[in-house]
Amino acid sequence: MPTEKLSTITSTCVPLPSENVDTDQIIPARYLKSISRKGFGRNLFRDWRYDNEGKIKKDFVLNDSRYSGSILVAGKNFGTGSSREHAAWAIKDYGFRVVVSSAFADIFCNNALNNGLLALEVTEKFLEDLFERISRDPSTEVRVDLKEQYISVLPVGVPEKFEISPFRKECLLNGYDNVDYLLSIRDKIAEYENFSR
Amino acid sequence: MALTSVTYYSILFNNSNTIKLSKKTIFDKIWDNHVVCTLKGGTDVLYIDRHYIHEVTSPQAFEGLRLRGTGVFRPGRTTATADHNVPTKDQHLPLKDKLGREQLEKLEENCLEHGIMHFGLNTPYNGIVHVIGPELGITRPGMTIVCGDSHTSTHGAFGTIAFGIGTSEVEMVLASQAILQNRPGKMRINVEGIPGEGVTAKDMILHIISKVSTNGASGYFVEFAGSAIENLSMESRMAICNMSIEMGARGGIVAPDEVTFAYMKGRPYAPKGKDWDSALEFWKSLPTDNDAEFDMELFFKAKDVQPMVTWGTNPGMGTEITGKIPLERKIDCGSIASFRKALEYMNFSPGEKLEGKEIDYVFLGSCTNGRMEDFRAFASLVKGRRKSDRVTAWIVPGSKQVEKQCREEGITAILEEAGFEMRQPGCSACLAMNDDKVPEGKYAIATSNRNFEGRQGPGSRTILGSPLTAAAAAITGKLTDPRKI
Repeated sequence: MPTEKLSTITSTCVPLPSENVDTDQIIPARYLKSISRKGFGRNLFRDWRYDNEGKIKKDFVLNDSRYSGSILVAGKNFGTGSSREHAAWAIKDYGFRVVVSSAFADIFCNNALNNGLLALEVTEKFLEDLFERISRDPSTEVRVDLKEQYISVLPVGVPEKFEISPFRKECLLNGYDNVDYLLSIRDKIAEYENFSR
Repeated sequence: MALTSVTYYSILFNNSNTIKLSKKTIFDKIWDNHVVCTLKGGTDVLYIDRHYIHEVTSPQAFEGLRLRGTGVFRPGRTTATADHNVPTKDQHLPLKDKLGREQLEKLEENCLEHGIMHFGLNTPYNGIVHVIGPELGITRPGMTIVCGDSHTSTHGAFGTIAFGIGTSEVEMVLASQAILQNRPGKMRINVEGIPGEGVTAKDMILHIISKVSTNGASGYFVEFAGSAIENLSMESRMAICNMSIEMGARGGIVAPDEVTFAYMKGRPYAPKGKDWDSALEFWKSLPTDNDAEFDMELFFKAKDVQPMVTWGTNPGMGTEITGKIPLERKIDCGSIASFRKALEYMNFSPGEKLEGKEIDYVFLGSCTNGRMEDFRAFASLVKGRRKSDRVTAWIVPGSKQVEKQCREEGITAILEEAGFEMRQPGCSACLAMNDDKVPEGKYAIATSNRNFEGRQGPGSRTILGSPLTAAAAAITGKLTDPRKI
């Protein structure tokens, strides 16, 4: 089942400078009670967006009308904690296509990439500068070019190279689905079971 | 179903098993033995020996298979249990929560349809996935093990490569018994010597995480070694490996030894007879070779470890129970902004003493500390004493087997006499998907693994500690050094 392709994105950003944003903040466990992959966006950052009575918390960035866009810029070690893919689903469902941070938790990173959500790792310096630019001017646009592997702040920012495994890159660019691939090599896997063990 | 990507992928193949190190770590030995093939850029197709599933992260994966019109490739290699959202009271009644009930029913239905062994609610082997797997002998040394749960790292205590995966990866394993993974780096954490009295494995791992930080082991698979680790029971080793994810590690691993073999022997699903002998021979070949190399190595002394508690909102924010919350200028667990945010959430101040802080809730349980050893430790302290009236306690066994053994050993009676109530098994207040929620603003000491904001319920304030430290607080109603009881 091919997923949505991703190549170049130019967008304003939503800044979330907190470090170590864990998956319980991204989507609290009590909102995991679904047997579907859809609809998690409405509870993205639930307890930071809404108070206990469901009222909007005005000081949280998703409720701040100055900020919008399909790029989430987050502090170091984003997605730490549980393996719930619901975190990646919620971010994507909300409308983000890219998350930029100086470090991602391993499982979150895999989950994001498996859903066509680019977890884009930049240096701490670049991240710091980006936060500053966005806070000075919320209309700041960022361009992400997956094919050439760079991210730059428009209009004149110096492009920063980013790393991504060649395999992951091809999957995102073409919308390839890993399950389809693994299904296609079942014979090879069976062979491994017979001979390599 | 059209396989859109086949052509492209077939170009990417190159021959695997090219990495032949002369001196191998236990991690290398197991990983290399499970590589089906390697894709360009180094991503491995890794064969999975054992797959555990539960009700929360599996339904979407089965749905995916259904949409693809395919089935489970190797149903005998997957084992299911219901644990994450189950109530810990009246489990014989239908779940009141409709959505939770739907997940349990779906799991049952999926397992039935695909021929997967399922330890459902109210069956004798039901319990938390990371408690029952080892307890039943389904987890064995040398295996690759995955589950849609980050604390799958627990199984590393048996000398396995075990790690948490997302639901897309659950679908991959169901579809093909394999997964796509990049090889992580290798770290060894050595702990030498003998810890002091009242110091548990939980204190050891909280101590290590407080030094390494919540992401200090990101990108690594961590082998725990040294005399202090070798001297631990299997249940203690599980507590250590369980929390390796809390310092960002992909997983933790301890080499199997006589302690492991003694634990395995006679377990319901452990190999028997001739199979046992050949398994034993294989298991003995697994430990890291002398002079094998690691990308990073850290050293700790067991005598430096004291009973630990956390004061912040990630497991790296911890200190000795006799200690103080650090001052701003002395923090080494992240930025000043996250330090301030954590203390504001916890309503604590820099430099404050932790001992004596009032506690409202006590949670004994979880895949970290929900095993027999933990219940014995808790009971040893509360025996002949009374639970503090200010404290609400959730005493939740990790499995039906633990629940049964507690009854047989008289632990349940000791707990009841001290004013505690034994609940039924499940993940419970660790992640508060069921009714066991800590109310807003209340303080809980929990033997579980995460003190994130709202983890135990919206606005809840969690302090992590060992079963002994939890017991001490349950008696006095405040944070108390268990060595002083």
